[in-house]
Amino acid sequence: MDGVHDMGGMDGFGKVEVEQNEPAFHERWEGRVMAMVRTIGANGGLNIDTQRFSRESLPPALYLASSYYRKWFLALERSMIARGMVGADEIESGRSLRQSPPLPRGTFSMKDVERVMTRGSFGRDPAAPPAFKVGDRVRTKNIHPATHTRLPRYVRGHAGVIERINGCHVFPDTNARGEGDHPQWLYTVVFDGSELWGPDSDPTLKVSIEAFEPYLERA
Amino acid sequence: MSGHHHDDHHHHHDDDHSELSETQLRVRALETVLTEKGYVDPKALDAIVEAYETKIGPRNGAAVVARAWTDPAFKTALLKDASKAVATLGHVSRVGDHLIAVENTPATHNMIVCTLCSCYPWEVLGLPPVWYKSSPYRSRAVKDPRGVLADFGVSLPNETEIRVWDSTAETRFIVLPMRPAGTEGWSEEKLAELVTRDSMIGTSLPKTPDAK
Repeated sequence: MDGVHDMGGMDGFGKVEVEQNEPAFHERWEGRVMAMVRTIGANGGLNIDTQRFSRESLPPALYLASSYYRKWFLALERSMIARGMVGADEIESGRSLRQSPPLPRGTFSMKDVERVMTRGSFGRDPAAPPAFKVGDRVRTKNIHPATHTRLPRYVRGHAGVIERINGCHVFPDTNARGEGDHPQWLYTVVFDGSELWGPDSDPTLKVSIEAFEPYLERA
Repeated sequence: MSGHHHDDHHHHHDDDHSELSETQLRVRALETVLTEKGYVDPKALDAIVEAYETKIGPRNGAAVVARAWTDPAFKTALLKDASKAVATLGHVSRVGDHLIAVENTPATHNMIVCTLCSCYPWEVLGLPPVWYKSSPYRSRAVKDPRGVLADFGVSLPNETEIRVWDSTAETRFIVLPMRPAGTEGWSEEKLAELVTRDSMIGTSLPKTPDAK
């Protein structure tokens, strides 16, 4: 979706402010949210692309005004309510008021902790060989799906070069819609700064994205 | 938002506030509901939070960088397949697939961003800092990286190529910075102390021996 989350190249947000000696969490609830998101994901409740899409779908003003973990929380709450995993009335009352379907992999307990500390693997067996090879010139498609995609706006319609082939991965665009993995080849595609930002670009700039094969066509 | 809670996180200062924030109350309510429904064991949540507060942080990445600076065979392996290479270091936490190390040279400086959300190599750098997740960084890194570097007090030669890696998929990146001059013969442990978190994101450079 063409949302405010897709902010590469936007102006006006100001300087990057660095906090010295930043703690892991600024408030206790932030850690609880991080852990809940990881556990519900790890035990099959909500996949990562679904969770990303629900964060992107927050109203733009709310998205921009909310801290990282607040966005995670609001999206978690909304996704779980939308899927009937919890009721808004239950969060309101702070109690479980009815039975809900169990998580596909059951209760997340101590035995699952070690597993969640390593990032899940998104590599999948390919159905066909990659369509592009290193060095090929490609152009990103000019697509604007209303649903989740990992092709940022600032590269759409631009020409670049395949620099790496990073294997075959779960395709976020279908996974976010609950339509399955549909594994796709993943490439590092590198663009000249001037291709993206025009003649005033920093002449020494090169930018790459990680592009799934369906995002690309031969240039 | 205040930064003092981490000094004494076992005491849960936020519980002492007379007025709990709405978010805090809702998070607590959701956790209770998820616990009562049998979705999560709160002890497992404690363990995850604690791991990120105490075990998983940029020291893991710094050990990887220091090894690469002192062991050419490891450096070659790291640049070829960082997930595999890091896994051979017993003292670093386990890493997932598709970690990619990118090397800074006199000709090229690398910088990592995630413009769409905040993808970050948690296993080697810990949780991302607030600035990495902020709109200013996510919007500007791909268009004006030298301006971003200036915010960090870093200025690179005009002819250095700046390469920005936008983490738009499940690959994750770590920058292998250049080893500072004047560190010949240093031990891995001593070198690791020069490796800052930001130097592995590419918004900064390692400390120099005299600035240490």
